[in-house]
Parts: sequence; C-alpha cells; structure tokens
Amino acid sequence: MLRSALTLDATTTTSGFLLVLSIVVPVAGILLAFVLGDRYVRLVSCAIIPLGSAIAVAILLALPQSEGPIVYLLGTWPPPLGIALRADGLSAAMLAATAVVICAVAIFAAADFSPTTTETRAPFAFWVLLLAIWGALNTVFLGGDLFTLYVALELLTFAAVPLVSLDGRAETLRAALRYLLFALLGSVLYLLGTALLYGLHGTLDIVLLSRRFGAEPAAFVAAALMTTGLLAKTALFPLHLWLPPAHAGAPAAASAILSGLVVKGSFFIIVRLWFNVMPGLPGFAATQLLAALGGAAIVFGSIVALRQERLKLLIAYSTLAQIGYLFLMFPLAFGASGRLESGGALAGGLLQAVSHATAKAAMFMAAGSIYATLGHDGITRLGGVGRILPISVLAFALSGLALMGVAPGGAYLAKELLLQAAAEKGQWWWAVVLQAGGVFTGAYVALVLAHVLAPASEPSTSLHTAASRIRETAALALALCSLLLGLVPWEPYLPLPPGVASDGFGLGALAKSLPTILGGAVVAVLLGRWERLPGHSSRWKALMMVVGPARRIGLALSVSIERCDNVLRQWPTACIAVLTLAALFGASMLVDF
Amino acid sequence: MTGVTVFGLCAAAAVGLGLYGLITNPQPLRKIIAFNLLGSGVFLLFGVVGRRGAAAGIGNDPVPQALVITGVVVAFSATALAIALLLRLFQTAGSTTLSSGAPPSAGSDPSGG
Repeated sequence: MLRSALTLDATTTTSGFLLVLSIVVPVAGILLAFVLGDRYVRLVSCAIIPLGSAIAVAILLALPQSEGPIVYLLGTWPPPLGIALRADGLSAAMLAATAVVICAVAIFAAADFSPTTTETRAPFAFWVLLLAIWGALNTVFLGGDLFTLYVALELLTFAAVPLVSLDGRAETLRAALRYLLFALLGSVLYLLGTALLYGLHGTLDIVLLSRRFGAEPAAFVAAALMTTGLLAKTALFPLHLWLPPAHAGAPAAASAILSGLVVKGSFFIIVRLWFNVMPGLPGFAATQLLAALGGAAIVFGSIVALRQERLKLLIAYSTLAQIGYLFLMFPLAFGASGRLESGGALAGGLLQAVSHATAKAAMFMAAGSIYATLGHDGITRLGGVGRILPISVLAFALSGLALMGVAPGGAYLAKELLLQAAAEKGQWWWAVVLQAGGVFTGAYVALVLAHVLAPASEPSTSLHTAASRIRETAALALALCSLLLGLVPWEPYLPLPPGVASDGFGLGALAKSLPTILGGAVVAVLLGRWERLPGHSSRWKALMMVVGPARRIGLALSVSIERCDNVLRQWPTACIAVLTLAALFGASMLVDF
Repeated sequence: MTGVTVFGLCAAAAVGLGLYGLITNPQPLRKIIAFNLLGSGVFLLFGVVGRRGAAAGIGNDPVPQALVITGVVVAFSATALAIALLLRLFQTAGSTTLSSGAPPSAGSDPSGG
C-alpha cells in the first residue's frame, strides 16, 4: 500500500469528493450551529454526526476498490503548486476510529450537555468544539502536505484547549493556558522545520518531498525540530507537563475526546513524517531514542498512575504511559536497508493507537458516570460502586482488559505484531518493554477494580443524580468495540504480515494474557496506594511478612519517581527538555550518516 | 554580507530571543509575547526562503508569502485565545500565575502515604 502511495497522484480519483466532504461536513455543522444558536445546537450535531460517520464508512468501503490511495486535488491544481488530500489505509483506519469515538461520546454527552439543563454557554461550546475537533482530525488524517498538516494541527489545538476549561474553574483555566502555551511552542518548532524544508526542496507535498529528501545538514535540523515539536503536542514522556491536569480537569466527555483522539492527531503526523516523508533519514540511533522515551513514559506514567488519589488523574497518567507504548513501533519498523519500512510494526503501532482511542474514551466515560453519581472520584473511597453502577464498572473493566492486550482486543493483535517484529529484528529489549507495559496496565486496572468491587466502607448517602442507562451503555459499547477490534479484517488497510490475524483467538491466546493479569495484580499490591491491603487479616499474615519489605522498597521507589515527575512538570524543565530533545534527535540522526 | 544573510541572522536572533523569553518568564502574558517574537522569527525565515528562491531564478517565489499570511492568521488566533483564557483566569482567580499551588489537582501530596 505504501508503494502505491508514492506514485505521483496527479489526478483526482473517482471517490475523491468523499475526502472533501469528510472535512466540510463538520465545518458546515459548526457554521449552522452558530446561525441557529443555542437551542438547536444539539439537533444540528445529531444530524451532522451520523452524516459524517456515513462518509467515513464510505471512504472505508471505497479504498480497497481504488488502486492505491484516494486522492483529491483542490481546484484541480496538481502539487507542488496545489494542495492534495490523500487517504491511504492508515488514514481510513483512523477516520473510522474517530467516527466511532465521536458517536459514542456524543451519545454519552447528550444528557450531560443538553441545552436546557444549564444557563451557561458550556453545552453550546461543547457541541461546536466537538464538531471542530472532528473536522480538524479529519484534515490531519487526509492532509497531503506538511503545511496543511500544520494548520490542521493548530485547529485541533484551538478546539481542544477550550474543552479543557469548559466548566470555567480557575484550576482548569490554568491547565488550559499551560496546555495552549506548551502546544504553541511545539507548533512553532514544527513550523520552523517546515520553513527549512521548503527552503531545501521548494515543496511541502509529502509525496514530492519523499523523493527529494536527502541527507543534508538542514534536513537533519528540520527533521529534529519537527519531531520534537510534535512530541511536545503528543505529550511523550519528558514533555508531558500539560497532560495530567488538562485531561483530568475537563468534563468526562471532553476528557474522553482529549485523551482518546486529540493526542493521536500529532502522533499521526509523526508517523507520516517518519514513514512517508523521510523513511531513510532517521537512522538506528534516532529510532532507538524515540522508543527509549516511549519506554520511560511507560514506566513513569504507570508508576505515577498507581500513586494517584483521584480516578481521573490515574486515567490521565495511564494515557501518558499508553502514549509511550505507541512509540515502541519505530525501532521495530527499522529495516536492514536503513529505512523505516511499512510492515507488521507499523500496523501494530496504528492498531495500538486505534484500540487506545476507543478503550481510553470508554474508560473516561465510565469514570465520568462514577464521578457524577458519587460526587467525587477518590480511588480509596470507591467501595460499593460495583453495586450502584454495575454497567460502568463493567465498561471500566473491559476497557482495562482491552488496554492490557487481552485477546481478542485490538491491543492484543498490536502486541503480537510488535513482538513478532521484535523477534525478527533481534531487538529483544523492546519485547521486554512491551510485556512490562501490559503488566503495568494490569496493575492500575487491578488497583481500581479492587477498590470498586470492595464493599462500601461508608453508607452511600451522598448519591447525586443517578447516571442514566444510556450514558453507561455508550461507555460499555465503546469498551466492547475496543475488545473486539482484533477480529476486524484489517488487511485492506494496514500492512499486516500474512498469517498473523489468523493465529486464532482461542484458549492459547487467553492463556498468554494470564501472566499479564497476574503480574499486574502483584505490581498493584506492591506499588499501589491502599488504605488497607486486601486480605489484611490473620490468615494472610505469613504472606504479609513477605510482601511488607518488598512493598516498602516499592513505595520508596515510587515516591522518588513521583518527585522526579513533579520536577519534570515544571515549565522551565519541560522547555529545556524540548530543546535538549531537539539537539539529541539531530545528533542521533547525524551519527548514522 | 548580502541582504538575505542579514535577514536570516535576524530571524535566528528573533527565534533565540523568543525561546529564551518563553522559557524564563514566569508571567503568562510575557510568555505570549515571547511566543509572538518566536513566531515572527519563523515568518522572517519564510521570507528569506522566498527571497532565496527568487535568487535561484524562479522569479519571486509566491508560495512562502502565502504560507506566511496563513501562519500570521494562525498566530493571531492563538494569541487571541491565549489572551482570552488569561483574562478569564484573572477574573476567576484574581491572579495570573500559572504555577500557584502547582496544579492543585496534580496529586503532589507531601505526606507521601
């Protein structure tokens, strides 16, 4: 599929109009909402969202029939002068995932943000911003040149930032402002790289650039700047200062969008940049560096997640760890030819992104239902929720299983693909990191489930409005969707190596995920935040003798990691980390030439 | 030293000053101004790139100009959004510091338990 993407797409293909529609329809919805005003905004969204989803499905169906990518040339001007929209398999998969998540979130939010419930403008803003994020994401997935991608990325940020501060509390406004300023730093670095690339090659079109790209000093600088800028927007490990407060402070529906979809936008551009624009430029060292950051993100994010007091913050830190997981594919896609090859590793990375988008959105929605019912989301005070909100707890558990990589989830297939690539390339250390990531995910899911399923410690008098069944079901449906992604036929869209998808999701696959779950439970006992450990009674005294010292060591370790995280989340440290990373990427690319 | 080189050096200086300001200034408003300086440096670089294209005999390259205009619009909206957030923050919290109580929700508890 990639080879066909590299042919010059000088003409609009027959179904090219679908690409324009998928961007224009959400934007038209925004304009219509402004014209019709507050009262009809939900109605407009309810009309636009099925229409947009139908377009995504149409693109999904049209792609296997056209040879190579679907192309639309704006105004029939061919690149380099004109702008092309292109949809290949990766774009189609991401478009479909976005449509699914947007639909589920819209159903979830329909009760929350109905125009009659409040006097404020928050519902209006929410629906308009939801459509804006959808339009911007579709542009990110379809944009065919680097400057269009820049504009799409900025639109995405401008739509995401107000979502953070929808409720207007000072704390969330602060989080939104930090997010905006840090994202702007990232986008300026990206734009700087774009300027350098245009100066070198006189075009920004992805297909044309990929042919002209050579190993020049300015190209290294541009690649390093663009990569770092995008990493700042994706919140990969040392650049994550904005993510936890922003994702944890937003309303549940907004958090689901921010955590599930928005960070995938800049991640997708990194994939485009490394795999399509300059597959030959980043050498072995640069891919290892990128994945090392991902590995650090998994360890830091998971351990800090286990230390959190609030459920939403735990999920936000879990996002941080899962973002790290996405970057493990880069060294595994680095072939013997010295180029990044599109194969099983790329398919695994994209599948991971899709399954994380669905599972994490479901998780935030389930947490939102719990918060709305209890009026708080302190993890140690969640006892008895399993009785009050069984569907939400089930949704949380299923999305947790999907994230862990339990068969037949999308993450399971992704992990298999990445492990296979690691074995082929002989890079066993990434296989270790992959397994550790699954175990850590198991740990924080087990920690939450243990608290949720425990009997209520205090009588639940302070029940707020009961979460409606529709909202809970939306979360459950999305979690199930993520858990069944492994059964979807991905071959027309992702470069799967033959024979992987058909290796059966039987008992063998389930047995493979058993060590992950058990290991997760052990890590949760050792590192988690417990008021009293489960089974803390005389019968288990012998066991506690063993666990006690190990747990003390674990606690000391995790407290120091949490301190380290607090330092890294300071503004000057994070900015200096941005510059250091840019220098490191430039140097590591230079090493291989 | 040709005019293009001078402009290139100016662009580099503006980017450097902007980065320095963005990192060291604790006040959000100054950060926003520093971001604008940084952006101006990048736009100047686009101008240099277009000028070099002209020197290579293409005629005056119009594409960088189009990119700069788009970039200016984007930077303007970013600034407007940031200022709006800052004003609302000032109205709500009475101060504009970003780090007061270093994100209160961010679970940094001294007890460590």
